Amino acid sequence: MSASALQWEAPGRRLLLLGGLALFCVVVFMTVDAGGRWDFVLPFRARKVATVLLVGYAIAVSTVLFQTVVENRVLTPAIMGFDTLYLLLQTSLLFFLGSRTLASLDARLLFTVEVAIMAVFSAALHRWLFEGGRRSVHLLLLTGVVLGVLFRSLSSFLQRLIAPGEFDFLQDRFFASFNNPDPDLLLVSAVLTVGASVLGFPLLRACDVLSLGRDVAINLGVDHRRTVSRLLAVVAVLVSVSTALVGPVTFFGLLVANLAHGLVRSHRHVHVLPAAVFLAVIGLLGGQLVLERVFSFGANLRVIIEFLGGIMFISLLMRGALR
Amino acid sequence: MSTPGPDSPSLPEPGFTPRAPAVSLPQPAQPPANGGALLRLAAAGLAVLVLAGTSLLIGVSDVPWDALLAPAEHPRAVQVLIISRVPRTLSLMLAGMSLAVAGLIMQMLARNRFVEPFTAGTAESASLGLLAVTLLAPGLPILARTAVAAGFAMAGTALFLLILRRIPLRSALVVPVVGLVLGAIFDAATTFFAYRFSLLQSLMAWTTGDFSSVLRGRYELLWGAFVLTVVAYVVADRFTVAGLGEAFTTNLGLSHPRIVALGLSIVAMVTAVVVATVGMIPFIGLVVPNVVSLIVGDNARRSIPWVAVLGAGFVLLCDIVGRVVRQPYEIPVGTVAGVVGSLAFLHLLLRRNGRVG
Repeated sequence: MSASALQWEAPGRRLLLLGGLALFCVVVFMTVDAGGRWDFVLPFRARKVATVLLVGYAIAVSTVLFQTVVENRVLTPAIMGFDTLYLLLQTSLLFFLGSRTLASLDARLLFTVEVAIMAVFSAALHRWLFEGGRRSVHLLLLTGVVLGVLFRSLSSFLQRLIAPGEFDFLQDRFFASFNNPDPDLLLVSAVLTVGASVLGFPLLRACDVLSLGRDVAINLGVDHRRTVSRLLAVVAVLVSVSTALVGPVTFFGLLVANLAHGLVRSHRHVHVLPAAVFLAVIGLLGGQLVLERVFSFGANLRVIIEFLGGIMFISLLMRGALR
Repeated sequence: MSTPGPDSPSLPEPGFTPRAPAVSLPQPAQPPANGGALLRLAAAGLAVLVLAGTSLLIGVSDVPWDALLAPAEHPRAVQVLIISRVPRTLSLMLAGMSLAVAGLIMQMLARNRFVEPFTAGTAESASLGLLAVTLLAPGLPILARTAVAAGFAMAGTALFLLILRRIPLRSALVVPVVGLVLGAIFDAATTFFAYRFSLLQSLMAWTTGDFSSVLRGRYELLWGAFVLTVVAYVVADRFTVAGLGEAFTTNLGLSHPRIVALGLSIVAMVTAVVVATVGMIPFIGLVVPNVVSLIVGDNARRSIPWVAVLGAGFVLLCDIVGRVVRQPYEIPVGTVAGVVGSLAFLHLLLRRNGRVG
């Protein structure tokens, strides 16, 4: 891709538009129907917005990076069973330690440890799944989906062994929503997200090369293996963050990443990543606004995203996106 | 159908060995002689009966094994047996049998090894149907509810087949992905309404296959699934032919759409009955027919008895495991089958890595 001024301009303008729209959503969300009680409304809503920004960022960036690494637009960390792995991890921790021990531990420390375990797990999973080299995309996809079923079944297996009172504790964690995020968790998530982004930022250029394919990337001098494992670590951290904050959202990343690629019409990650993040924020905040204000539905956004994302996934397959 | 049964020794071997087109698991080089096959089937049946006996004897209330032989001496044990244990064991076997056969039929109709009611959205659309009945017409008798669920299951499965037709460059492995995602879409819709009307908990109770509440008087609908399985056996040859493709079927003078509609109806009704009475049991329809196809090949008339016997055995085994792991509590069979089945499925997928895809 040559860097002529004209080609630079179009994605830039589109980005500006998306960013403006995202900002508009934030402003509307913060101010609509406030009723004059600003001292209460603003901090309360600011926390919601912060959660949405974090989650949107985490889901969008992790999906785009993951798709670059596996060189496929239909795979996402969630479809590969990542966030069910996180649920399994949560359940096993509760199962083996008990809710009293868990509650007595520092939530921030616990979360950091969980994310670390996730990163190790996912790295292992990926080495196993992707290092084979010639495995077909279809096989990967199906394996990922079935792994997701396996992790979910294992979680519910363990949940059945847990006493009902303890199970309530777990359910609270699974179904955390945008509405009452834990401020401690929010802070840790923010720190981890920033850390992951700092780790990932120097790799952006390499990402552009990676999307040309493994062989080309190696020919062009990218240390493929190292880059990929670092990117996957970033993905693992971000997936854990988003799952911890709002629970698993299988198809949202797919929706956002594909829309972003389609809208900015650029293959450079400098363009695609922010576009995906803006779209995620627009989708989450805008969706929440419409649900709350128009339909007064409250916390059902995740289910709707799942519904729309699933339909998009199938239509992608029908248009032959999976080669 | 005037075709003689597989066990009649004079029956010549069919001149072709049907296979599903895209994924070919290995076929036995020479189908075994019919007499030997019958013997092995009998042995498998005996093993399942032993499992059934075990299933009768375990549980919270003590039932000594000789209560089966001398019922007069153990009146209380006999009561437990009649009201709870026998219905439970029977319903396990019936559900396992019919779900496994339903999986086999779906695999032949979709011409894909990885399809079953759980990986094609059939089970999820059936539970969407149940939810719809619960919300719109809560007073309906159980038979009518099941009928509505079957209607939904059929519509969902037909949608699945329709989508499959429109996917270009169809790979065998994309098919179950589409089914699972379609199932997730139905599931999202179901969850949405269940959440709105505070039915989430009852929804969870329906959708996990669980036999702990099976008592005399609560499971008899499953005999309907058994009848459907028998029907499937009677018309088995048509499914074998349909599994060879539309053109082939038409060449033989049979109506492909009609066979598909018949098969779909059987699958949808079986799934609806099982979901309505005990909940979903994932992966049975997938694992069992695949294992059977390794043993006896793909002639439906020969494989249906095997699929039925092994399906019953698989569910019995999962249920026994679920009951023993944490006595006196139990883990629902759907959960155990989910773990065992997905592991078996992964094994199936990754072991033949070179051949598939």
